[in-house]
Amino acid sequence: MLKRLFIVFASSLIALGASITASQADKLTLYCSAQEDWCQLLARSFEDATGIDVNMTRKSSGETFAQIRAESSNPKGDIWWGGTGDPHLQAAEEGLTMEYLSPMRDQLHDWAISQAESSGNRTIGIYSGALGYGYNSDILEANNLPVPACWKDLLKPEYKGHVQMANPNSSGTAYTTLASMVQIFGEDEGFEFMKGLHKNINQYTKSGSAPIKAAGRGENTIGIVFMHDAVKQAVSGFPINVVAPCEGTGYEIGSMSIIDGARNLDEAKMFYDWALSSDAQNLALQVNAFQVPSNRSSETSPSAPDMSQIQLIDYDFRKYGSSAERKRLLQKWDEEVSVLPQ
Amino acid sequence: MDSDYAPAAFLLVQGEKLWLSPVLILLAFPITLISLRKSDPLYARGLILIGGIGFFWLFAQGFAIGIRGYNFSWLESLFGDLGDRQFGMGYGAMLCAVSFLFLFTQGIAARGTVGGDIFVTGAIGGVIVIVLVFVGYPIANMLFSAFIDDGGEYSISVFSTKFFDDRLWGLACLSGGRCGAAWNSLFLAIIVGFTTTMLGLAFALVATRSRFRYQRSLRALTVLPIITPPFVIGLALILLFGRSGSVTVFIADLFGVQPTRWLYGLPGIMIAQTLAYTPIAFLVLIGVVEGVSPAMEEAAQTLRANSSQTFQTVSLPLMRPGIANAFLLGFIESMADFGNPLVLGGNFDVLSTEIFFAIVGAQYDQGRAAVLAIVLLCFTLSAFYAQRAWLGKKSYTTVTGKGDAGVHPHLPRGLSIVVITIAVIWALFTLVVYSMIVYGSVVELWGVHNTLTFKHYITAFSVRIEDSGIRWSGAAWDSFWTTITIAGIAAPLTAAVGIVTAYLLTRKNFAGKQAFEFGTMLSFAIPGTVIGVSYILAFNVPPIEITGTGVILVVSFIFRNMPVGVRAGIASMTQLDKSLDEASLTLGANSWHTFRKVILPLLKPAILAALIYSFVRAMTAISAVIFLVSAEYDMATSYIIGRVENNDYGLAIAYSTTLIFVMLTVVGMLQLLVGRVQIGRRTLQGTEVRV
Repeated sequence: MLKRLFIVFASSLIALGASITASQADKLTLYCSAQEDWCQLLARSFEDATGIDVNMTRKSSGETFAQIRAESSNPKGDIWWGGTGDPHLQAAEEGLTMEYLSPMRDQLHDWAISQAESSGNRTIGIYSGALGYGYNSDILEANNLPVPACWKDLLKPEYKGHVQMANPNSSGTAYTTLASMVQIFGEDEGFEFMKGLHKNINQYTKSGSAPIKAAGRGENTIGIVFMHDAVKQAVSGFPINVVAPCEGTGYEIGSMSIIDGARNLDEAKMFYDWALSSDAQNLALQVNAFQVPSNRSSETSPSAPDMSQIQLIDYDFRKYGSSAERKRLLQKWDEEVSVLPQ
Repeated sequence: MDSDYAPAAFLLVQGEKLWLSPVLILLAFPITLISLRKSDPLYARGLILIGGIGFFWLFAQGFAIGIRGYNFSWLESLFGDLGDRQFGMGYGAMLCAVSFLFLFTQGIAARGTVGGDIFVTGAIGGVIVIVLVFVGYPIANMLFSAFIDDGGEYSISVFSTKFFDDRLWGLACLSGGRCGAAWNSLFLAIIVGFTTTMLGLAFALVATRSRFRYQRSLRALTVLPIITPPFVIGLALILLFGRSGSVTVFIADLFGVQPTRWLYGLPGIMIAQTLAYTPIAFLVLIGVVEGVSPAMEEAAQTLRANSSQTFQTVSLPLMRPGIANAFLLGFIESMADFGNPLVLGGNFDVLSTEIFFAIVGAQYDQGRAAVLAIVLLCFTLSAFYAQRAWLGKKSYTTVTGKGDAGVHPHLPRGLSIVVITIAVIWALFTLVVYSMIVYGSVVELWGVHNTLTFKHYITAFSVRIEDSGIRWSGAAWDSFWTTITIAGIAAPLTAAVGIVTAYLLTRKNFAGKQAFEFGTMLSFAIPGTVIGVSYILAFNVPPIEITGTGVILVVSFIFRNMPVGVRAGIASMTQLDKSLDEASLTLGANSWHTFRKVILPLLKPAILAALIYSFVRAMTAISAVIFLVSAEYDMATSYIIGRVENNDYGLAIAYSTTLIFVMLTVVGMLQLLVGRVQIGRRTLQGTEVRV
């Protein structure tokens, strides 16, 4: 028995040694914060287009930001693609990402460029998505609830225990919601809205898209999320209807940044330019990603929410993406809203 | 040769990186001591000095000189700009460090410490060093950040504001509001620790001491939850008991009430954790229940105790180390659990998820995460000391070298009925949950379209035979092979470190033993999230630069799971009489021989438990892993979470189901490989058999 144990032990030591021999070949390390299949497709297509080996890791934008910050003295990643814009802006603010002016900039929508400008050209917009909500039509019917159409509809007492949103302390989506309400209604009325909403909320989830997933499974009725997440549920076959609120709404800009101190800087720049091309952005259609691409000549999926029909507010990314304002709003929400009885 | 990666000896010959030369010189030095006798004080002193200085110098230069020259400004002002740099240490450095360490411990042994035993001093030194490097260093690194304010300065007030936060210690739930995360975690952990221990004990008793006929299938069933990837139990519970779950809807229809979200919050987490951690309690308890010597029980019966008196006054008290260990493990597991509260938590905040979202959430507040980690650590450590106090200094030794034949008596009838009922109900519940999981992997869209299909398995695990050979075209293969390899490497190493540590703790007395034990348990009491982040912070820069490799995953698994090996080892070893060792030692064997020929064979159940546990945990762990995976080394669980996030429940569950079957196979093979313990005891028929 002992002999066998020792053989097992020895062979595992040898394997341990073998597993650390990493190759030193030229390649690109991509941190990707969008959905898995989109990331995979993007990495493989870039490999096909350029012959550069892509090492892709998919993590949520918050996790990626934490990792880039932890690795800052010895960066392992080259480029960070996707995920909501706020952590990208934050990374730019902390100097974790580097400035780059792409030759592709003249092909982009204005909102993508303004995202770049508000960060000192350390990040750029690659897609955008509007905030809204989705509801499970089966449950709405079963409970004889009216169909909501505006933000203020969600304050109606009959929706008590039927609305879900993420906790703004943990989710970028929910922070965008909070900041949007402050911008739509003004700060005082915006917080009054959040207090009213608080009475109807059945759970503040941790992750941003969880409310609509819960609604899809029938665990919840109305989920406040980005509309492309809600559309995805509907396309997957869940009984979800998507609502673009009548008062207008805020939006996110999915972004891309080159990590400061990237080991493969040339490859990172190649990827950056390529990712802004319409060819690369059209890949979204193959993986049911319903965001609006930033290249003006890219195609948009027919199921995607029609941005021209949605009343978008003039979202101030520079102000509401800054750490000071974020901290202030979150603290106010913590002290004035989250402690109220439900 | 590239001067950044060349061996130190090469560089020194070329006159580069001269700060490495003391290492080489010191390594050559012991040759001068060879002629001395071991009893010569100079021999001991020389070895201690060489080992100590060499070890110190190796690490000091590693920390002092990094990728941008000197790491500390005072060194630069003292010696001027270095004009050179160095990256992380390689195998040579590892070998050097090991050599210096063992020179040092050999010197210590030569001075007569711990009976002058080279094996024991070497083992103690080795375990101390690896625990310091891979647990102490990163954790200290991380915890210091609790005292750092936004400007990067140290400050106590930052710590106290974060520590006395109402979100942590609020008691509003007593008056209808919501309580702080700290109270929630504590309350939950106590309940879960208690229920898992009770259920584990019931299972262990049914499996070993009852006339229940399906003991084997019961045993197999209890292993199921432990090999289940995170999230899956939670998802299955939602499907059964959620707002639209089949059971909830059925009962709501029956009584004509609206279905509610009762599952989300304390009830859900509690059920899921009880399901998940009962097997751990069972694994710990079964060794102990089997190990209780029948001789004691027979003695009690000879003295006219009836079966329930025997059980209450002899069997149960002898199981106390196991019960205490099982409770401790359940308590800590529940405290550190991350997957179940994430899926089922509702508005019931617990520390582990709060820590995760303090780091990755919209706040990016690492200091708060560190403070929460400190609170969590305090709870788990208090539990640890409470357990020790409860066990006290009594002896639980029952396996002696003397006449140890006999048969365990059956349980008293009343108790037997109770435990069998509990076990059967729980087993049925587990079965239902698992059939939901298998069902979920073969339907089109879980809970919506219930057409049967194999498409999820095909997407994940398709294989094409081409001219060039087999092409693993499924989406899951990459992470699957990585996971198997890493888990396979980590498991034996974990078991080895764990068992050696347990041996030192139970059998040897040395200065600082308490601190030693504390250190080895520490990594278990810290939630994986904290370990993950602290590992990135500590091991992304030289001297030990292992992020992005498979090694960091292996190392994190070893030190996360080692405490279970230690606990299982301790629980079993306290039952082995010291006279066995003494007999072996008096017959002239040294400690190493005794350990190998006497202790180890008797520890097979503990080794098996440690092996199985560490392998399985390496395959199902998530909270630390999520920070440590890299493009090249992606693990199954992080892949599965990606699918769950993306609403690909079918694929996630199909992958999980496959993992469950793979782990079942591996556990079975391990059982065969390690074999069962052979304690010569009679069977009912009175003939001796190999158990």
